[in-house]
Amino acid sequence: MNRQSTIAVLAAAALLLSMPAPAQAPKLKVGFMLPYSGTYAALGEAIEKGFRLYLAEQGGRVGGREVEFVKVDDESDPAKATDNVNKLVKRDNVDVIVGTVHSGVAMAMAKVAKDTGTLLIIPNAGAGAATGAMCAENIFRSSFSNWQPGYAMGEVAAQRGARKVVTITWKYAAGDESVGGFKEAFEKGGGQVVKELSLPFPNVEFQPLLTEIASLKPDAVYTFFAGGGAVKFVKDYAAAGLKDKIPLYGAGFLTDGTLEAQGADAQGLLTTLHYGDGLDVPKDKAFRAAYAKAYGAQPDVYAVQGYDAAQMLAIGLNAAKGDVSRKAEIARAIVAAKIDSPRGAFSVSASHNPVQDMYLRQVVGKDNKVIAVASHALADPGRGCRM
Amino acid sequence: MRAPGARAIVLAAAVVALALVPFAGGKFAVDFVTKMMVSSIFALSLELLVGQVGLACFGQAAFFGVGAYACVLLTPKDAAASVWWLGPASVGAAALYAAVMGSLSIRTRGVYFIMVTLAFSQVAYYVAHDTPMAGGSDGIYLGFVPSAAIAGLALVDLSKARPYYYVVLAALVLAFGFLAVLLRSRFGRALAGIRANEQRMRAAGFSTYPYKLAAFVISGALAGLAGFLFAVKDGVVNPELMGWHVSGTVLMMIILGGIGSLHGAVVGAFAFSLLEELFKSEALFGGFATHWHLGVGLAIILCVALLPRGLTGGWTREGKSLGSADERR
Amino acid sequence: MDVATFLVQCLNALQYGLLLFLVASGLTLIFGVMGVINLAHGSFYMVGAYMAYALAPAFAQVPGIGFVAMLAAGVGLALMLGWALEWAFVSFLYDRDHLQQVLMTYGLILVFEELRSLVAGNDVHGVAIPGWLAGSVRLGSLMDYPVYRLFISGVCVLVALGLYAVIARTRLGMMVRAGAANREMVTALGIDVKRLFRAMFAAGVALAVLAGMLAAPVSSVYPGMGNQVLIICFVVVVIGGIGSIRGAFAAALLVGAVDTFGKVFFPQAAGVLVYVLMALVLLWRPEGLFRAA
Repeated sequence: MNRQSTIAVLAAAALLLSMPAPAQAPKLKVGFMLPYSGTYAALGEAIEKGFRLYLAEQGGRVGGREVEFVKVDDESDPAKATDNVNKLVKRDNVDVIVGTVHSGVAMAMAKVAKDTGTLLIIPNAGAGAATGAMCAENIFRSSFSNWQPGYAMGEVAAQRGARKVVTITWKYAAGDESVGGFKEAFEKGGGQVVKELSLPFPNVEFQPLLTEIASLKPDAVYTFFAGGGAVKFVKDYAAAGLKDKIPLYGAGFLTDGTLEAQGADAQGLLTTLHYGDGLDVPKDKAFRAAYAKAYGAQPDVYAVQGYDAAQMLAIGLNAAKGDVSRKAEIARAIVAAKIDSPRGAFSVSASHNPVQDMYLRQVVGKDNKVIAVASHALADPGRGCRM
Repeated sequence: MRAPGARAIVLAAAVVALALVPFAGGKFAVDFVTKMMVSSIFALSLELLVGQVGLACFGQAAFFGVGAYACVLLTPKDAAASVWWLGPASVGAAALYAAVMGSLSIRTRGVYFIMVTLAFSQVAYYVAHDTPMAGGSDGIYLGFVPSAAIAGLALVDLSKARPYYYVVLAALVLAFGFLAVLLRSRFGRALAGIRANEQRMRAAGFSTYPYKLAAFVISGALAGLAGFLFAVKDGVVNPELMGWHVSGTVLMMIILGGIGSLHGAVVGAFAFSLLEELFKSEALFGGFATHWHLGVGLAIILCVALLPRGLTGGWTREGKSLGSADERR
Repeated sequence: MDVATFLVQCLNALQYGLLLFLVASGLTLIFGVMGVINLAHGSFYMVGAYMAYALAPAFAQVPGIGFVAMLAAGVGLALMLGWALEWAFVSFLYDRDHLQQVLMTYGLILVFEELRSLVAGNDVHGVAIPGWLAGSVRLGSLMDYPVYRLFISGVCVLVALGLYAVIARTRLGMMVRAGAANREMVTALGIDVKRLFRAMFAAGVALAVLAGMLAAPVSSVYPGMGNQVLIICFVVVVIGGIGSIRGAFAAALLVGAVDTFGKVFFPQAAGVLVYVLMALVLLWRPEGLFRAA
């Protein structure tokens, strides 16, 4: 291929790309910006499935408008985040952006949403800033803030009589916020976090820190890990003989989606999350049945978050009669609503984060069985939000 | 060998084509091509080191990231900074890091050089990721887009997409022109000599160290410029900008385009981005578009198999460039 | 830190270092000895882990020997895979610029990652430790140590000794080293360098797969696991000195120690310590710790 052809091809490609998008049709365009590849691909798929399930239940219409979808793979890469969300906003002219899993990516999305005024619903990323310092009228979250499960577990740990606790997590924002929430509640309950251990993300060689925990002999350990790291940590913790000596408390992601891999090592572990198995909520039973029928698999917390993102969108758009530009009305409607979620009814705070029950779950077999409500209607303080 | 006149015409045509994009295309085209131009400047910076001096640097992302972070961290909390000092300051910060990295790395050769540059860029990454100074793993926002006003006279609004497009295009043309002139100068010839056979240069009494270091600093400065332009456009920076994936990607771009020529770097940057877009296109691949990595991977493999000199047929150095018997000594 | 804890940390450092050597052994062969820059090394490690996940249920029926048989089967499959890969994608690159190898193997990473997604999905999986290796050894009153990790360490030492013996002490190893240094000369001497390299590449892939299979029960099986080991493997090989098995072994132990004690004593800087170590080593000895054997 010589130089002329190269340039010709590139020029043609550039021209193709530059084709302006067709004029906006009356259909509502929803843009998914989710991880469709990489470590979090399973989460992205679950979120989309949950979202689509709700819409299917509404006959594919929201706010009186039919819905069409556009998808962008964000690769959980913050360096490409702005480019990817601009694809949705500037090329595809979406009315609503739904995404994402990774907090660094979500932060970039929040900025574009704020600058362009596009409606953004976050179905997972727990970065406190999204409904804190970066909060906006058009940004909502249907999932959780990293602080919430941590705070709930802090209350539980204090109630269960732990006085000295060691925390361990990866050194990144999600870990810091989760441990921060735990510490806040635990110290309020009279406890003391004697040491905060951390290792670089995504390092999974836990042995040196497990040895430290063993030598510190705390009353309990609080941890935040997710995915492959969570599997390894739970297994290593048990293999080091610590599981029966020092109770392990975790944010729910420690045992969510990982139980098949963790096996016996996870049995009996206590975690807190806004969802679990065996919930006595009629909406949950209906949701699980519908999800299994539609997709042939059991839903998880990510599917629920996707489902509720669609619910929140519907509530807002129904109030605004399908007009996405009526942002104040949409926000008012969502904040005023009580959302009938499979996790139990929840409402949305003034900073647009869910105010929800945090459940205490215990691993029994292949389930995270809800055994109690750790914290009723827990609201993230939304520090830094000026709205 | 193509006549120099013909080449100039092709280059001019390319610049004109780029200048026309905002008129022919929509908002997204402006956005996307701006990004590709920033990547081109980034790729050019690496081409100077890899193609012209023969130093395969695997830490280019550090300079890019330092430029981007300097832009964000130096912007005051309450008002926009003037681009006339923020720009040079960001570029200067990147050049400074390059000077430090270069002065220590140039002592090593071949693959070891690659790894030392990687090590230094990882240091920058961890400083950005783990220290409170740099805002942490979720990244930080640019408070205000810098202003281009001189003495109160507003020249161009950098926060608007179209004017910014032309600013970036101008930067690309200037960077390209600067490198072209540089490579034709005595300095450039010295670099070519070092690339061809450094030992011979040294035997002839030439001190190669200052030339290599200077090239390193210039390369770092250009990469920092790309980072600065990136930060101003996106308004948010993240430690991942300094990650080895970014260093790897820009290296892939220039290999794909063809090492040894400036236009190869630019073609590579554009081609790599367009290749990804092609395979991500839902219009072409429907649901399978989520598996776009497969298409890009196969395309790259095909490129290597069929185009040993990259898309523009850049030259390849004779024999092995790294880890060969000579280099191991 | 009391003596007991310190000793356990030393054991942790040793065990991690040995594991690192095992994971990096394939790269030591392909990159260190043959001089081929193989970015897909992490992908082969991942293939090994997923292979363990896929094969374990079948071989678990047979207690005891079942696990070893699974490893043997995995290695056999990997040898075939490596043979085919070298023939298809690498063999024509020896005469070209090293950067072409970089680009090619980068393309392979993307392809392998996506094939994995298509074939095995995106969920996290676990592999059970075989019964006869499950259980722990009590380390005083402090904590337990899993027998399986000691087993892996044992295998690492065997692999290290075997690799060293073959490369540094046999004719085969000598031919490979000579071929890497000067292909034309070795071909002129009548040795079929093509087949030699193909066999060595296959062996490198097999080592990476073996490492993945062995590590799967402890590290679990998940998307992106290959990426995480890739860089650290290159660091180990380079610190040790390209071409030296002893060097890679020493470097692995050194990196293991720095990582372990870094996490304990310098948690703030733990992520960067290994790279600082590498930079320091290379600035002191620009060609790594050991010269090529």
